[in-house]
Amino acid sequence: MAQTYRNMLVDPMVDNNPITLQVLGICSALAVTSSLQVAFVMAIAVTLVTGFSSMFISVIRSQIPGSIRIIVQMIIIASLVIVVDQVLKAYAYEISKTLSVFVGLIITNCIVMGRAEAFAMKNPPFESFIDGVGNGLGYGLILMLVGFIRELFGSGSLFGFTILETVNNGGWYVPNGLLLLPPSAFFVIGLLIWAFRTWKPGQVEAREYRIRAVEAH
Amino acid sequence: MEALLSLAVKAIFVENMALAFFLGMCTFLAVSKKIATAIGLGISVTLVQTITVPANNLILTHLLSPGALAWAGFPDVDLTFLGLISYIGVIAAMVQILEMILDKYFPPLYNALGVFLPLITVNCAILGGSLFMVERDYDLAESTVYGISSGLGWALAITAMAGVREKLKYSDIPDGLQGLGITFISAGLMAMAFMSFSGVKL
Repeated sequence: MAQTYRNMLVDPMVDNNPITLQVLGICSALAVTSSLQVAFVMAIAVTLVTGFSSMFISVIRSQIPGSIRIIVQMIIIASLVIVVDQVLKAYAYEISKTLSVFVGLIITNCIVMGRAEAFAMKNPPFESFIDGVGNGLGYGLILMLVGFIRELFGSGSLFGFTILETVNNGGWYVPNGLLLLPPSAFFVIGLLIWAFRTWKPGQVEAREYRIRAVEAH
Repeated sequence: MEALLSLAVKAIFVENMALAFFLGMCTFLAVSKKIATAIGLGISVTLVQTITVPANNLILTHLLSPGALAWAGFPDVDLTFLGLISYIGVIAAMVQILEMILDKYFPPLYNALGVFLPLITVNCAILGGSLFMVERDYDLAESTVYGISSGLGWALAITAMAGVREKLKYSDIPDGLQGLGITFISAGLMAMAFMSFSGVKL
């Protein structure tokens, strides 16, 4: 049984990653990754919300009437997000300012809803909790990777500590300003997906149209 | 009036929901394969956004903000922490009501948009619109304009994206980049194009 719990935790990180394979929760993955610290806080927040919302929904899953289940799930998720939001405002005010609306947007993060609907409604609480945490971590992993690339090459630092001394401060590294701007997140994730799928060819999507080879004349 | 116009232009182009704030990305990427469906979804988002942002603004000013409950005899009550849960409730309720109204009075429109409406409850662009309205302290007129124009901006972005993707499926893309990967990269290029609007001021 221990083995299966481990699988449930690790599987969503690589083989079934919510961002690169299931295309869920993209919005915040793009928006909060310009610095590693913010990405880290966001990853923790989402992991906690996904884990606990899956657990609570699973606890009451047999009491929820099918027709209003979306609303019930929404209310549970929204209450958890309010808790996270208030905690952040109390203990990490600066970061909660940078995250601005994106903490609130965890409510509509498709990963949370997706796991609640696909897994927690059918499985017992502990399994659902593990599944939620696993998916949250899979999301966090991509978030941290993108944040790492964007902060290291965009401003030459990690977690706010200087790694590559930039030219402005008398160093040698010319920062790539594009990486701090929104469009770069699309490129970084696009390339990450490419790398992931080259590593695991099973995830490649089928073509809609075959390109026919042209015969040499 | 001029301020409202400038707000509208800003919300459609400069601060485009999809391409500058990445809101509504899940649906943006999942439902942008065909232009016709993209337009349908775009219209529904605009419609819902136009209703929910002002509705949430009314809820905020008359029920939640500090001192707003003075008319009920609670001048010291501050309910802003209930914001998130009320906004999402309003959105879910509005979508449901809209669906019922369309079904009863405008069946053709319902048949065209019906499938998208449930999707919209969990579209971050809708909740994001309301949260930005709160964060930027818009009044009722401003939030109405902001609702309409941010919805239009999102619709514009998804329609353009669908146009690009319809052509893209005929091209020879490396295997690993097929599908999602190339969609991300073309969205990035579109976001860069939209950034050139950032100097525009009215």
